[in-house]
Amino acid sequence: MKQKLLVLALLLSFLGSTFAQEATELKVFDFEELQEYLPREENQLVVLNFWATWCKPCVKEMPYFQELSEKYASDESVRVILVSLDMESQLETRLVPFMKKHKLHPEVVVLDDPDANRWIDQVDPSWSGAIPATLFYRGDQKKFFQKSFHSLEELEAIIQTF
Amino acid sequence: MKYFLAIAFLFCSFAFVQAQYQIGDKVDDFSLKSTDGDLVSMSDYEGAEGYIIIFTCNHCPYAIAYEDRIIDLHNEMEPKGFPVIAINPNDPKVQPDDSFEKMKQRADEKGFPFKYVLDDGQKVYPKFGAERTPHVFLVDKNRVLQYIGAIDDNYKSEDAVEKEYLRDAIQAIKAGKKPQPATTKAIGCTIKTS
Repeated sequence: MKQKLLVLALLLSFLGSTFAQEATELKVFDFEELQEYLPREENQLVVLNFWATWCKPCVKEMPYFQELSEKYASDESVRVILVSLDMESQLETRLVPFMKKHKLHPEVVVLDDPDANRWIDQVDPSWSGAIPATLFYRGDQKKFFQKSFHSLEELEAIIQTF
Repeated sequence: MKYFLAIAFLFCSFAFVQAQYQIGDKVDDFSLKSTDGDLVSMSDYEGAEGYIIIFTCNHCPYAIAYEDRIIDLHNEMEPKGFPVIAINPNDPKVQPDDSFEKMKQRADEKGFPFKYVLDDGQKVYPKFGAERTPHVFLVDKNRVLQYIGAIDDNYKSEDAVEKEYLRDAIQAIKAGKKPQPATTKAIGCTIKTS
């Protein structure tokens, strides 16, 4: 009897988690919507990573953003947001499976705004449009990097400069 | 000793900031191997009015999204004196999908009407300051750089394009004017280098 109950409990929790995952709906924004959505708390540093599942160096550096996000999970002072530039047609076929497979901890939002010339300079004038690219900001302070990161420490060193 | 260090430091910083062409600069010719076996230089194109140099590659989804448009562009513009020269800037050791063999395959599959060359040794793209694929550099017949940036304003759909940046820049050069805008930006793949 006990065993049966256990199996039932496992089955239920499995179903529950499956449903929970399916219920995750992607937030898809144009640039203006993204700007409105982004948090601007006085005491919160936001780490905004522009990436895509098809971008090899982006996927390579993803574990460090994952670690950073997990480390600050219960701490409001740092928040990691992943801005996916995956193509509209690949959201369900590539992005969502990637998020599930890697159990991505940071929030993922999709920036679907093809006229990038209109908004790249607004992220930072030094950005050519190549990804990965990462913007750190808090209040009026911001630092932008068009580069790959190679460790959690490297990300934290930048956070320390704020 | 202090001065020596200061001077050494200055040299180091110069070494890192590689000179890149700006709009209005004359660009050096190159000699790069094409998928059809030819060595390609701008000087090979007799009577050219300009050159559409596009740093692009096999693997990048943005580059793939523009392949058909680049074919159309060459077919339309080459008879008007503006051939496309497509340069793969990636190091095949880092991105095996962009090897010379794979380039040949892709050129055959798609029937590229333009020259598709490999920046073997990655000497050319840093001079142009190319940062991503695709990245366009439009040069006039005197090999003066006139436009840097995107092909148009919508990678997703040719039908949804509103601003044809590159075609407009070519029209401007043909009319003896300076392209406006002379630079645009787009999302793309980083150039792969070890």
